[in-house]
Amino acid sequence: MQVARVSLAIAAVLVVLPGCSTSKTVKAASVKPHKDRKSAPDFALKDANGQTVHLSDYRGKVVLLDFWATWCGPCKIEIPWFQQFERENKDKGFAVLGVAMDEEGWDVVKPFAQHMNINYRLLVGDDKIADQYGGVDALPTTFLIDREGRIASVHVGLSGKRDFEDGIQELL
Amino acid sequence: MEFKSCCKLSAVLLFLPCLFAQSNAILTVAPPQKVAAKRNTDVTAKIEVSIAAGYHVNSNAPHEAYLIPLRLTWTPAPLEVGAVTFPKARDEKYRFSDQPLSVFTGNFEIATKFKVPADAVGGQAILAGKLRYQACNDTMCFPPKTVEVKLPVEVQ
Repeated sequence: MQVARVSLAIAAVLVVLPGCSTSKTVKAASVKPHKDRKSAPDFALKDANGQTVHLSDYRGKVVLLDFWATWCGPCKIEIPWFQQFERENKDKGFAVLGVAMDEEGWDVVKPFAQHMNINYRLLVGDDKIADQYGGVDALPTTFLIDREGRIASVHVGLSGKRDFEDGIQELL
Repeated sequence: MEFKSCCKLSAVLLFLPCLFAQSNAILTVAPPQKVAAKRNTDVTAKIEVSIAAGYHVNSNAPHEAYLIPLRLTWTPAPLEVGAVTFPKARDEKYRFSDQPLSVFTGNFEIATKFKVPADAVGGQAILAGKLRYQACNDTMCFPPKTVEVKLPVEVQ
């Protein structure tokens, strides 16, 4: 089903993006208006120290929730961007949460995180959280979550750094 | 663009890709042809693999340690499993990689050499194989998957 799903997603974007409207350009993965945002499903996952982390712990903050894996090349490109966002915005009520979808869990995630000097909180994901967030079949898949815990935008696949920056600044 | 034309174009764009994705999988393996061999001889079986357009799988020997290689394994009965030979991989550059990646795309064959033991039981059997792969396109990757391969064999 993967090819069909991806094809449909691409087709949907193609349908929305071209000049069907003469009045304005629709921007892919832009931040949704408040009324269109849905609650981000809460979860309970362990971080690298074994501490249980709930998304609801971050209520009141803007959260960049990144589903990634150590074997995912496009995910590697985005990691330095997220490190920068964490560094520059953590004092403004912003946090990055990286959910690794590696089957081998911390055995591969910890060395990788050390190698990449990842400065934001990492969690190891499972099928449950993937289902909660719509399957998360393709990586990276990144959600921008507003201060009220609602999904403001979704980025599937390698996105532009500027798209994330714009979204974060709009939500902060 | 007029509204009607826009709708028609949208419908075409929406459904055309699905027509080209009839197999609904990034990687498919054609049912292998039966191999027949006598006891105490070697025989080579080939499996035909197809990767959907726009996608790639890591080769059996990726340049980067973090990438998951293509692997073909067999349950060793009733034949003894010898060397598995992959085709020459291609080095391709993608938007997400600084260096070219060693990948397979399109259609290719993987050959496996088997030895028929002297005491092998004669007759028909099915040899079970597993092809593990991890696929990406230019902007996203998909979790590793395993495809079951069933190879009909006849020991003569």
